[in-house]
Amino acid sequence: MLEIKNVSYRVEEQDAVIPIIEHLNLTVGDGKFVVITGPNGGGKSTLAKLIMGVYPVTEGRILLDGEDITELGITERAKLGISFAFQQPVHFKGIKVVDLLRLASGSRITINQACEYLSRVGLCARDYIQREVNASLSGGELKRIEIATVLARGTKYSVFDEPEAGIDLWSFQNLIRVFENIRESIQGTVIIISHQERILQIADEIVVIEDGAVKRQGPRDELLPELLGTPSAANNACSRLAD
Amino acid sequence: MMDEIQRKLMAEVADLHSMPEGAYNIRANGISEARNTTANIDIISKTDKSGIDIRIKDGTKKESVHIPVVLSESGLKETVYNDFYIGEDCDVTIVAGCGIHNSGAKDSEHDGVHRFFVGKNSRVRYVEKHYGQGDGMGKRILNPVTEVYQEAGSYVDMEMAQIKGVDSTVRTTKAELAEGATLIVHERLMTHGEQKATSVYTVELNGEHSSTDVISRSVAKDASEQIFEAAIVGNTVCNGHAECDAIIMDKAHVVAIPRLDANNVDAALIHEAAIGKIAGDQLIKLMTLGLSEKEAEEQIISGFLR
Ligand SMILES: Nc1ncnc2c1ncn2[C@@H]1O[C@H](COP(=O)(O)OP(=O)(O)OP(=O)(O)O)[C@@H](O)[C@H]1O
Ligand SMILES: [Mg+2]
Repeated sequence: MLEIKNVSYRVEEQDAVIPIIEHLNLTVGDGKFVVITGPNGGGKSTLAKLIMGVYPVTEGRILLDGEDITELGITERAKLGISFAFQQPVHFKGIKVVDLLRLASGSRITINQACEYLSRVGLCARDYIQREVNASLSGGELKRIEIATVLARGTKYSVFDEPEAGIDLWSFQNLIRVFENIRESIQGTVIIISHQERILQIADEIVVIEDGAVKRQGPRDELLPELLGTPSAANNACSRLAD
Repeated sequence: MMDEIQRKLMAEVADLHSMPEGAYNIRANGISEARNTTANIDIISKTDKSGIDIRIKDGTKKESVHIPVVLSESGLKETVYNDFYIGEDCDVTIVAGCGIHNSGAKDSEHDGVHRFFVGKNSRVRYVEKHYGQGDGMGKRILNPVTEVYQEAGSYVDMEMAQIKGVDSTVRTTKAELAEGATLIVHERLMTHGEQKATSVYTVELNGEHSSTDVISRSVAKDASEQIFEAAIVGNTVCNGHAECDAIIMDKAHVVAIPRLDANNVDAALIHEAAIGKIAGDQLIKLMTLGLSEKEAEEQIISGFLR
């Protein structure tokens, strides 16, 4: 179980303190498939980075299976079983796809095993395994490799930040299969940040984050019809301007 | 006969664990240890100064020459002149390299002056590794001078690496290219401690449609210092590209000096230089895979210098 208790994250800029996440509470049960959604700039990616330890919390606690991990660094959290697929995958000079998958799996996996992860994210392994993880790869390719590194880790908790962004329609169904597979094969807990209705549709639970806090949380069947019925984001922005 | 230390140096600089195939000349502590010539490749000692002439016949294909140098005697200083005469229509690989083991108090120094005369339409792959070890106070110094004269249509690919243990290096590389000739240089450099490394390239593109690509990747650690200077002179319709990409760490100092010199409106010359620390997001990504910060740093550097 992952528990986020009264977590705030604020950044200081010049003399001002900007709140990004404010008193956020969230509990994700074991084996759950949770989709976090909400308006752009609401704080979803920031929350994911707080979970992974990329940013330190300003206030509050984070508990993993009952253990307080608030003070732990990225490496320690990774070793405890959290993986994270970034919204914007990182480029490397000289590090190959196979290297990254090997580092992710934590053992000297064979080329064949590494290829298997690529196949699962819909990449023809032969064409990619020896490529450098640099800007010569397309956005969608980098995104898939990013997802493959999380699969290769096979940890109990996996956090994906907008994994479907930039991935073409044909692959979408396969991608969903990938997530379902994580849940079935390793009884893992999957947290996905997404704006996609089709991903929301496969969630057990939906969490809406807005203005740095959980605005709504509940089972999919309850929340989804509600979300789809709300006025468009454009209307929201306009009404905010009018305020 | 070579001892254990010399054998280790040989493995580091030339990937040699036994005598190589093809032609070779192995120099240890200032003496030619072993030599082999082939029907197409001759090696002759110079009579006026220290060094050898390597003569490769026209049309020699898929052959190699190894000329590693090892120094394990503290205080040895030498300047060696090696000239490569490569005929026309050849396709050869030349592996050079120098390893110094210095466990004494005196400086050890090897200055290799290599000249390449590359015949028409020949392809040459040149690999040179520099390596130092030993815990003596004496410095390990290498000052290689490389001159390349390329005739029409020739193609030279040079890979030069200095990854460890050399205290001081001044590398000077000069090339002159005739019509349609191409020179590719890949330099990889890592300095640490108080080491200093200077690398100066001057490539003259004299023949029409000649081209060059000089790429340097380096990592400067601790209080080391690196200076990279690439001058490309375009005298005709030609293409020149130089790139210096450096990772700076700790208290190191890195200088990149571009110099493009065009004497013709159709000379297309480009220089790119980037110096910066290891990108934070790269470290973070590898740490999310379970690596410590130090392990992540090592992976990023070894990939970068590959
Ligand atoms: N270091 C920072 N300084 C100032 N503002 C920041 C900083 N980091 C994040 N923010 C702001 O915090 C807000 C939340 O950002 P975050 O990336 O978490 O949003 P998000 O919900 O993931 O949005 P999206 O759906 O667009 O990916 C944004 O308004 C962003 O500009
Ligand atoms: Mg985001």
